[in-house]
Amino acid sequence: METLLTSTTQEGKKMTEKISGSEAVIKSLIMEGVNTVFGYPGGAIMPIYDTLYHYEDRLKHILVRHEQGAIHAAQGFARVSGEVGVCFATSGPGATNLITGIADASIDSTPIVCITGQVTSKLLGTDAFQETDVIGISMPVTKWNYQVTKADEIPEIIARAFYIAKSGRPGPVLIDITKDAQFDSLDFHYKKCEGIRSYHPVPKLDLKKVDQAAELINSAKKPYLLVGQGVLLAHAEKELKDFAEKTGIPVASTLLGLSAFSDDHELNVGFLGMHGNYGPNIKTNECDVLIAVGMRFDDRVTGDLSTYAKQAKVIHIEIDPSEIDKNVKTDIAINADAKEALKALISRVDQKQHSAWLQEFRDCDKLEQEKVINTTLAPETEKLKMAEVIKLVSDKTKGEAVIVTDVGQHQMVASRYYQFKKPKSNVTSGGLGTMGFALPAAFGAKVAAGDKEVIAVIGDGGFQMTIQELGSIFQYKVPVKIIVLNNNFLGMVRQWQQLFFDKRYSSTELVNPDFVRISEGYGIEANRVSEREKIDDAIDKMLAYDGAYFLEVEVEREDNVFPMVPAGAGVSDIRLE
Amino acid sequence: MELNDIAKTMDEELMNNHQEEKPLTISVLTENKSGLLNGVTIIFTRRKINIEAINVSITEVEGVSRYTILIRSNRETAEKVVKQIRKLVEVLGAFVYEEDEIHYQELALYKVPMSVFLQGNKIERLVRNSGARILAIERDYIVIEKTGHKNETYDLFEKLKPYGLLEFVRSGRIAVSKSKRETATFLKELEEASKIKSN
Ligand SMILES: Cc1ncc(C[n+]2csc(CCOP(=O)(O)OP(=O)(O)O)c2C)c(N)n1
Repeated sequence: METLLTSTTQEGKKMTEKISGSEAVIKSLIMEGVNTVFGYPGGAIMPIYDTLYHYEDRLKHILVRHEQGAIHAAQGFARVSGEVGVCFATSGPGATNLITGIADASIDSTPIVCITGQVTSKLLGTDAFQETDVIGISMPVTKWNYQVTKADEIPEIIARAFYIAKSGRPGPVLIDITKDAQFDSLDFHYKKCEGIRSYHPVPKLDLKKVDQAAELINSAKKPYLLVGQGVLLAHAEKELKDFAEKTGIPVASTLLGLSAFSDDHELNVGFLGMHGNYGPNIKTNECDVLIAVGMRFDDRVTGDLSTYAKQAKVIHIEIDPSEIDKNVKTDIAINADAKEALKALISRVDQKQHSAWLQEFRDCDKLEQEKVINTTLAPETEKLKMAEVIKLVSDKTKGEAVIVTDVGQHQMVASRYYQFKKPKSNVTSGGLGTMGFALPAAFGAKVAAGDKEVIAVIGDGGFQMTIQELGSIFQYKVPVKIIVLNNNFLGMVRQWQQLFFDKRYSSTELVNPDFVRISEGYGIEANRVSEREKIDDAIDKMLAYDGAYFLEVEVEREDNVFPMVPAGAGVSDIRLE
Repeated sequence: MELNDIAKTMDEELMNNHQEEKPLTISVLTENKSGLLNGVTIIFTRRKINIEAINVSITEVEGVSRYTILIRSNRETAEKVVKQIRKLVEVLGAFVYEEDEIHYQELALYKVPMSVFLQGNKIERLVRNSGARILAIERDYIVIEKTGHKNETYDLFEKLKPYGLLEFVRSGRIAVSKSKRETATFLKELEEASKIKSN
C-alpha cells in the first residue's frame, strides 16, 4: 500500500519528504496502524522520544516502570487485540530488560515489535556507555532482528518487522537503531511489506492430506480434537466450532488454547495438561484418532512422550513445519493455517455423533467432580480456596471477562475454574511460565480491550515481580481489576516440595508487605478479604468499581492443585489426589 | 506376518537408521545478512551438536550464499535442526545429506621444511603418489596441497608427519548434491511461492 505521504507528480516520479530517522520511526509506526506504544526512555533512544513529543496526539505512549513491564504490556495488548504490540527501550540495560518478555512472546507466538536505541554506529564494538550486543543477545529468542545504522533503512526495515511479526506463526521482532541513524535524515517513503523471497509464512494447503485426514476422521470410532492457540491466532474459532459440531468430536484445549472454544459448549470436554481435567488427559490414551490443531505437543501437555497416545493415529494441523513430528510422530501432517485447513476439512467430513465416546468423558468428569471439584468449591477449610474465588468471578462476569493470569497455582486454578466464553479472553504466560507477566500484561490487555472487563489473577509471589507497574496503571488510569490470591507461599513450588521433596519448604515461604496499603499508595482503590462470608460482596464491589481496583484475597496457605500429572509421568498416570 | 506387522518392522528399521550416528552434511542457502551465520550456529549449540566443519561460499546466483556444515548426528535430529534453520527469515533453503547423496571434497595444506624436501626424492614421490601437488616453494619450506576426503588428506598427513610437518590445515567440507536441480530453479520456485502466499 502506498502511503499518503507519497504522491505522484506529473512525471510519475514519487515525491518524498526529507525527515529525520526518528521521525521516520514514528511515521512508519503510524503507517502500520499502531496507536499505542509501551516504553521507557534513555540516552540512546532520546531522538525517538523527542519526536514522539510532537506526535502525542497520534501515537499514545505509555511510560511503564520497568522495560519488562513494557514488553509484557505489549504482549497483553497483542493477545487481546490480535494486533502487533509495540515497545520502546533504550540501549544496554533497557534492551536487556526486554529479553524475558521477548523470550515469552517467542515461545507463545505473540506478534511484537521492539525498538531499541543503540549507541552511535561509530562506537559499536567499543564497549561504549550502555552498549550491549542486543542483536546477539536477542537472536535466539526473536523471530527476526536487525540493527539499523543508516537512517534510510528505517521505513523498509520497520515494514519488514511488522510483516514478519504478524505473518505465519507470529513472534517477536527486534529492531536496534543507532543514535546517528535516528538523527540523520532520509527521504521518507513508506510501503508495507508484502513478501520476502526467503520467508514463507503460510504454507500451501495440501488437499491430498486433507482428503486423507477426512477419511481417517470419518472412519474413527473415538476421535479426539486437541486445540491450541493456533486456532485463535488464525481466527478459526468459527471453523473449529463448525468442524466439531459436524463431526461430533470432543474438544479439549491446551492452556493457551482456552477461550478458542466456548467452555459451555457440550462438546468441550475441558483443559489438557499437567493440571488439566481428568478426562481430557486419560482419554488421550484411549482415542483412536487424535486431531491436534494449532498446538505444539508441549511437555506440559504430553507428559512422558513414550506413553503418549501410542494407540492413536495422529493428524497434526500446524502452520509451523518445525513443530510437525518434533515431539509426537504424526500419521497425517497438514502444514497449513488452521482456518484454511479446518475449512477444507469441514466439507469433507461426515456428519456424525459420538455420544457413547462423549459419555466416557462425562463419566470421567463425574469422578473429577466427586474427588476434586466438590471439595475444592465447597471446602471444609476455614480459609478460602482459590477455586471458590475464581468460580465466583467466573459466574459474576458470565465468563465474558478477559482473564490475565500469572504463573503458579492461581494460574492453573483460574484456567480450570474460569468458564471462558469469548475468544481471546485468556491471557497467560504458557511456554515460558514467566512470573511477573500478569500485572503488566493485564494493563496492556485493558488498553486494547476497551470496555471489556479485564481481570488479572496473580499470586503473591508473582505480583511482587512487577508490582511497580501499579505506577503505570495509576498514571494512565487504566481501569484494570487486580486480584491477588495470597497464600504467603510460592505456592506451586511449595506444592512440589510437599509432594516430591518430603515437605522441605526450602525458601518458598513469603513474608509479604501490606499489599492494600501499597496499592493505595499508588492511588488505586484497594480491599482485602479473608472470610468466606465477605468474598461475594468484595467481588461485586470490585466489578462495580469505575476504575482500577485491587483485591487481595487471603487463601488457604497449603492448598494443592489437583488433578496432577507428575513431572515425567504419562497422561494416564494423572492423579486426582 | 501380517501386512501391518511388516510395515511396522519396516518403520522400525527406518527409525533405527534415523537414529544411528553418522556424518551428515547440512547445506544452507541464504541471503546475505550479517549475523545470519550466528543465527544458524546457535541452533546447533542449543542441541549441543558439535559442528565439525563449516564453509561459507558464494553460489552461482548473485547475492546468495551457501553454508556447508558437517556434523555427526542422527538423521532424525539433523532433520529437526534443518527445520529450525529454515525458520530463519533470510534462509532460502536447508537440506541434510548423507554421504552417498553428495559429491564432496576438502582441501588440505601441508607445510614441510625445505631441508627434508632436499633429502632425496621421498617427499616428491609421496606428493605424486597421493595425488597432491606442490603449491609453493619458499626458501625454508614448501607447501603441499591436496584435495580429497578426510581420510585421504589425513593419510598424507600421517605419511608426512615423520618428516617434521611445520603446519597442517584442512578446510571445511564443500559439497554438491547429486540431484540435478539448479539453485536458480529452486530460487525461482521459492519466489513464486512467496508471491502466491503472502498475507
Ligand atoms: C520468573 C520466574 N521465576 C521462578 C519461577 C518458578 N515458579 C513457578 S510457580 C512459582 C510460585 C509462584 O508463586 P505465587 O506467585 O505466589 O503463585 P501461587 O503458586 O502461590 O499461586 C515459582 C517460583 C517462574 N515460573 N518464573
